[in-house]
Amino acid sequence: MAALTAMERGLVDVSRLSWMTTKLEAALGWARKYSIFQYPFVTACCGMEYMATACSHYDVDRFGAGFPRFSPRQADVLFVVGTVSHKLAPVLKRVYDQMVEPKWVVAFGVCTCTGGFYDNYATVMGIDTIIPVDIYIPGCPPRPENVLDGLMKLQEKMQHGVKATLPQGPSARPAELLASHRPEEHL
Amino acid sequence: MFLNVGPSHPAMHGIVRIVTELDGERIVGTDVEIGYLHRGFEKMCEREPYNNAMPYTDRLNYVSPLINNFGYCMAIERLLDIQPTERCQYIRVIMSEISRICDHLTCIGASAMELGAFTVFLYMIKAREWLWELIEAVTGARLTISYGRVGGVKADLPEGFAQRTKQAFEDIRRVLLECDTLLTRNRIFVDRMQGTGVISKEDAISYSITGPFLRATGVNYDVRRQQPYFVYDRMAFDVPLGEHGDNYDRYLVRMEEMEQSMRIVEQALAGIPAGPVQVDHEGRVIPAAMMVDEAKLGHTRGLKAVEVETDPTLSGSTKRFHGLINSPEKRAVLPPKEDAYGNIEGLMHHFKLVMVGHGIRPPQGEVYAAVEGANGELGFYVVSDGSDRPYRVRVRPPCFTIMAALPVLLVGDMLADLVPTFGSVNMIGGEMDR
Amino acid sequence: MSENLSLSALMQEQFPQWVLGTHQYRGDETLLIKREGLLEVCRFLRDDPRTAFNFLMDLTCVDYLTFGKRLESMPTTATPSPLPYFMKPKPVTEQWERTGDRAGTIRAGDRAGNILSGEEVSAAAGPPTEEVPRAAERAAADGARLEVVYHLYSHTRTRRLRLKVPVGAADAVVDSVTGLWKAADWFEREVWDMFGVRFEGHPNLKRILMYEPFDGHPLRKDYPVNKRQPLLGPTN
Repeated sequence: MAALTAMERGLVDVSRLSWMTTKLEAALGWARKYSIFQYPFVTACCGMEYMATACSHYDVDRFGAGFPRFSPRQADVLFVVGTVSHKLAPVLKRVYDQMVEPKWVVAFGVCTCTGGFYDNYATVMGIDTIIPVDIYIPGCPPRPENVLDGLMKLQEKMQHGVKATLPQGPSARPAELLASHRPEEHL
Repeated sequence: MFLNVGPSHPAMHGIVRIVTELDGERIVGTDVEIGYLHRGFEKMCEREPYNNAMPYTDRLNYVSPLINNFGYCMAIERLLDIQPTERCQYIRVIMSEISRICDHLTCIGASAMELGAFTVFLYMIKAREWLWELIEAVTGARLTISYGRVGGVKADLPEGFAQRTKQAFEDIRRVLLECDTLLTRNRIFVDRMQGTGVISKEDAISYSITGPFLRATGVNYDVRRQQPYFVYDRMAFDVPLGEHGDNYDRYLVRMEEMEQSMRIVEQALAGIPAGPVQVDHEGRVIPAAMMVDEAKLGHTRGLKAVEVETDPTLSGSTKRFHGLINSPEKRAVLPPKEDAYGNIEGLMHHFKLVMVGHGIRPPQGEVYAAVEGANGELGFYVVSDGSDRPYRVRVRPPCFTIMAALPVLLVGDMLADLVPTFGSVNMIGGEMDR
Repeated sequence: MSENLSLSALMQEQFPQWVLGTHQYRGDETLLIKREGLLEVCRFLRDDPRTAFNFLMDLTCVDYLTFGKRLESMPTTATPSPLPYFMKPKPVTEQWERTGDRAGTIRAGDRAGNILSGEEVSAAAGPPTEEVPRAAERAAADGARLEVVYHLYSHTRTRRLRLKVPVGAADAVVDSVTGLWKAADWFEREVWDMFGVRFEGHPNLKRILMYEPFDGHPLRKDYPVNKRQPLLGPTN
C-alpha cells in the first residue's frame, strides 16, 4: 500500500497543516508519474509493439517512461507484455513480489488482460488471476497509440495514488466474457 | 558456480532460462530450459477450420509473420493440389521478403543494443517502422496480419505501392549504410562478436540448423534455392555464405541478406503481372464521400453510372481483383462479395465453404511443405483426415534446433559472450515453443 | 521420378524385414517401418552415399485415435445448441402423446429430417485422387495408435523422405536416434512431453515445453484442450 505519509505517522498536526499534506501527496504523485521506471516483462508478440512504442517513432521517453529497469528492486511499474503461460506464472508472481512499494502493474496486450484467443491448457487467462492489475491495454498487439493512452491513464492513477487491491480474476468479469464465444464448441 | 539467466531477462529476444555453470568467468556447462511461451498452437489448430488457423500462424514467428502465413497456406494448397495465381505468388514473394527484412532488422538491432549500441537499435527500429507502414497499407495491420488465405491472399496491393516501396527502400538502404558504418569495423563490436559462439559445419548439420545460422558456417542451404517455391526460381539473388560460423559472420550474413531481399522485392515489383483496373470504361472515378455529398444536394442524375472509388485492398468492392489474387478453385476460395450477395451460385459457394461441417475439405493424406523463414527452414506438416479441420498441424521451428545447440555455442566462452551469442541466435519464443 | 522410385525400391531391397510400406503423395516420399528396425534403417539412410540424409529436419508424432471419425460427430438438427448467457433453460413441459392406434407415431418436436449424415457427406466428396493407405485402418489393424514421424533431408541430393514408425499407445517405446543426429535430442523430448512416447537411449528424457508437475500428454486426442493444471491461480 502507499508509504505512510508524515501525517499518518502522527508527526504532523493534521488540523493546521492539512493543506500541506495534500500538496505533498500531489507533489509525490506528480514526481512518480513523470519518472516511471518500468520493468518490461516481455514474453511474446506484444514485445514487438512494446519496442516500437519505446523507440524513436512513438517515443515513450517523452512521458518520462523511457528507462527500463531490469531489476524488480529498482522498478515501479511492471509491464507484463505478452502471453503468460502456466509455466511462467510463478516467475511472474515472484517478480511482482520482489518489487518495492509503490508499484503498479500494466497488462499489455489481450493475452495478459483475459487470455486472448489461447483458451487452452497452457495459458493463464488473464494475469489478474495472479497479481493485481492497474491498467489493461487490450489489443493483439495494441497499437502504440493505444499503449500511450494506457500510459497516460496510468499516470492519472499515479497522480491520485489509486491502486488496484486484489487479484480480480474471473469472478469479477462480466458474464459475457465467461460465456463461450464458439457456438459450435460442443461439437 | 551456477548462474541462472532466468526466464525474465533483459535480452529482448524472448523468454528462456539458461542455467550456466561457471568457472570464474568461463562457461563450462549450460542447461537451457524453454517452453515458457508454449501456447498450444498445434492443439488449437486441430479445432479450427483450415483458414481459421491463420491468426495462430501469425503469432509463431511474430517478427516475420507473413512468412508463417504463406508457409501454412502452401502446405494446405499442396494437400489440395491447387496452384495460386501468378500475381498472388509475386505478392507472396514481395511480402515474405519485406517480412524477412523486418526480422533481420529486429535481430541485429536488438543484439547491437545488448552490446551497448543503443543508437543502432533506434535506427533499425525506425527502419522497421517504415516497413510496417508498407505492410499496414497492404494488410491492414502492422504485426499480426493474417494476410494469407488458402488459395490466395486476402487483398491486392494498394495504389502506389511500388512508389512507396521504392521510397522506403531508399531510406532503409541509408539506414543500413549508417549502421554498417557504426558496427562493421567498430573495434568493440568486432572484438565481442568475432570468435565467439563458434559452431562447426558438422555440428550445425547434426543439429539440423538451417537458415543464416547454417550459412554463416559455410553450408549453402537455402530453401528458396534448393527447393524453390512461389516464383523464387525467377528471381536473381545471391545467398551470402560465411566462413567461421561465429557471431560476426552471422551478423554479416544477415546484413547482406537484407540487401538481397530488397533486390528480390524490386525484381518482383518489376515482373509482377498487371493489377486490377481502377476505372470504368468511361474512365470516371469519384471518391465515395463526394458521391454521398452530391446525392445529398440532390445531384443524383448519372450517379448510378459513376464508378465509386474504394480502396482495393481492404474495403468495398473485391470483384475487380479477386480473380487476380485468388486461385479459381471453388473448393477452397471464397467468392467475391458481389457474387456472394448477388447471385445464387455465389451464395451456395460461400455457404459450402463457411458452414460448420462443410468448408475446405482436403482428401485424406499428409504433406510437408517448407519455406525459408528468417531463422531457417520453417516446415509445416499437415495431416488431413478428410474433414474441414486439420487432423494434425506440426510446425518445424527453425530456432528450436538452434537453441538445442546453444550449449555447444556457449561452452568455452566467457559469460559476457552469452549476450552476443544469444542475440545472434534470434530466438523467437512464439516459434520455438509454439 | 525414377530417382524417387528407386529410393523405395532400394529400401525394400535393403530391409525387407522392416519395411511395412512405401507410398508417394503430393510429391512427398514416405516409408513405413517397424520400430525394431529404426536404428538400422536410420543409420543406413544417413551414411549410405546413395541416400545421404544428413539432416533430421523434424521428428514428431501423430495420434490416430479419432482419425476419420470427425464426420460421425457432425451436428444434425436434433443436436441441442448451448444457450447464450442471458437465457435460462425453458422448463420442460409435458409432451402430448396420443393414445390409441397411432400412439408413438407423432411426437411434439419431431420436425424435418436431418442434414446429410457423416457417411453420405464423405461419399459425396468423392474418392481420394491418389492411393493413400488408410492410416486409420492400418492403425486399427495393428493397434498402432501413435505414429512417430521423421522428416529427413539430404543436402547433397536435395531430396526429402518421411519415415513413419507406428507405435501402440500402451507400449510406446522407440529407439532414440540421438546417436545419429544431435537434433533428435530436443525433438524426442518434445514428443515425450506432448505424446508420451518414450525413447530408449535418450540421455535426458524429460519434459521440455510443459512443466514437470504437469500430468498427461497434451497433444494426445484424449486430452481435452481446456484442461488446465495451473501452478498458480484458479483453474478457470
